[in-house]
Amino acid sequence: MADSTEPKKIAATKVMKGVMDRYFNRVMGPEAPDGRKIAWCTSVGPVELLRALGFEVYFPENYSAMLGASRMANDMIPLANARGYSPDICSYLTSDIGSYLKGDGPFKKMNFSGPPRADVLVFNTNQCRDVKDWFEFYGREWNVPCIGVSTPHSIGESDATIIDSVTRQIKALVKPLEEIVVKRLDMDRLKEAVRLSLECTYKWKAVLETAANIPAPLSFFDGTIQMGPAVVLRGTQEAIDYYDILLAELKQRIAEGNGAVDNEKYRIYWEGMPIWGRLRNMAVHFIELRTAVVASTYCNSWIFEDLDPDNPFEGMARAYTNLFICRDDNWKKKYIQRMMELFSIDGVLYHNAKTCPNNSNSRYDMPRRLQEATGKPFVVIDGDINDLRLYSEEQSRTNIEAFVEQLSQ
Amino acid sequence: MDYFCGVDIGSSTAKLVLVDASGRIVARCMKRSGVDYGKTAEELRETLCSQAKIDCAEIRRAISTGYGRDNVRWSDGKMTEIACHGKGAFSVFRKRMTVIDIGAQDSKVIHLDESGKRTGFRMNRKCAAGTGAFLEEVAHRLALDISELNTLAEKSTREVTLGSFCTVFAATEIIEKIRSGAAVEDIVRGAFSSVAKRIVEMDSVDGMVVATGGVVAHNPFMAVMLGNAFSTKAFIAPDAQYMGAFGAALFAMD
Repeated sequence: MADSTEPKKIAATKVMKGVMDRYFNRVMGPEAPDGRKIAWCTSVGPVELLRALGFEVYFPENYSAMLGASRMANDMIPLANARGYSPDICSYLTSDIGSYLKGDGPFKKMNFSGPPRADVLVFNTNQCRDVKDWFEFYGREWNVPCIGVSTPHSIGESDATIIDSVTRQIKALVKPLEEIVVKRLDMDRLKEAVRLSLECTYKWKAVLETAANIPAPLSFFDGTIQMGPAVVLRGTQEAIDYYDILLAELKQRIAEGNGAVDNEKYRIYWEGMPIWGRLRNMAVHFIELRTAVVASTYCNSWIFEDLDPDNPFEGMARAYTNLFICRDDNWKKKYIQRMMELFSIDGVLYHNAKTCPNNSNSRYDMPRRLQEATGKPFVVIDGDINDLRLYSEEQSRTNIEAFVEQLSQ
Repeated sequence: MDYFCGVDIGSSTAKLVLVDASGRIVARCMKRSGVDYGKTAEELRETLCSQAKIDCAEIRRAISTGYGRDNVRWSDGKMTEIACHGKGAFSVFRKRMTVIDIGAQDSKVIHLDESGKRTGFRMNRKCAAGTGAFLEEVAHRLALDISELNTLAEKSTREVTLGSFCTVFAATEIIEKIRSGAAVEDIVRGAFSSVAKRIVEMDSVDGMVVATGGVVAHNPFMAVMLGNAFSTKAFIAPDAQYMGAFGAALFAMD
């Protein structure tokens, strides 16, 4: 039988869809209990604190990824540009604000009226400054508090001064959040939320590490879909239960020698953000080239092993500060090198996302330095997370094919 | 006798090369790629076989390359133009080299070691800067035929600097230069220099520098500008515009 060029379906995804649907219904649907409070949270924000206080937590970055994947972002971004948000800034932000201005988006197709109105917006700038500017837009629109944590960047060795500062900032969120829900923080509930998040981290990490197997049972493209619960449901039992199911299926694939790419010949590390509007095209293209994109910094970014149920505030501070994105290039280079060894990588693809500089690591000569250190070649694809005006399909295809040709020499 | 065919369907021009079993070019032809790449390739194959006085059935194997590489129904495989320009240029010079291919829509810098193995490559960004499209825009802006550019650039003794990355902004700069009385030949030389600068920004060079593609084939002065920009001599590959198709034909022999 000829090798398939269709991405293989992961059966557990049906279960995930149910999990995600229940989540969306809780946040936006009619069965949401009266009086519940909605907190918007950045995807790497202090969600455990919000869960412990009883907030329903909404993650707009997840929605922006949906806008990108559905390619609806193309119609939304120009509206935000016209409002005054530059085409050069985060296209998650411009997609989402454009969607708000237009009053349309993928939630409409799911029979929800749209993203829920926030009672409070809680950011962490560990990813970039744009998330704060993004949330402040809604703070002004709805006249609700926009509070958060400002995290240092380009950290070499993380130290007590940095962690103390972030810990204090997270603790400072407690009082204003308590005032919104009109109740005191229960430390036991916080410890439990952190424990659940940590368990989710271990499961998600185990899922991703199955791809160290040759052939890899899941690809980066699968990972970008499967990460949904780790992003929006960490700190809940549902996420953990889902990853148990997924993990069992992936272990079965390993036992059967069933790779995400039939006849896998080359293994690539994806550094940078996904190109959401071209996810499927790219997945098919790599399958045609018998090349598995087996690991990525992006999917790894929801692994938070520094969480500590016994010291929830300090653990959150460490987990959300000692992230890849907050580190300097020396740290990042060593990290990618470790991943290349763990996943038996043949070459690295850097996605230079025009509107996401913090997640584009090809800009300060890292590819050449890493190539020198590992002897593994690289390719840089110019594109964007959501703004397809910044992406050339033909150029990318040629770059990727030429790169695989080079691996095959 | 066995023949091997390379088919390079570029964004602007389609080129076909026929080689014999020794790798010697026996026929070649080109035309505008048009809007139906498959049909263009068919027509060129007829022309090629007619030139070589062979039956098309005598083509033992064909490899396609270029933007339209997936549209050539009768090819036996495809390779990127990066591989093909490298293969073609190396077969001529057989040295460690950097191949600079400037095409209509994109430019590539290709590094080959002394055995012809590719060690790296870069393509231009999603932008017409540093490509033939930029020179076409300049010719249009100056009301010149594209074929006049090389002679004018050679004639210039004083280069006008065009500072912008962007083809559209560069066109605006040209209007300003015309208004301030700059000589046309100096503006054209400035445009050539702009293309060379964009290439310099893409990557460094090592070993022998070999220029391929339609832009240098029609504008050999561009190689002089490239040499100046990289502080080395840039050689123009023979049959520079056919180098991708030639490389593809050599791959067909493998």
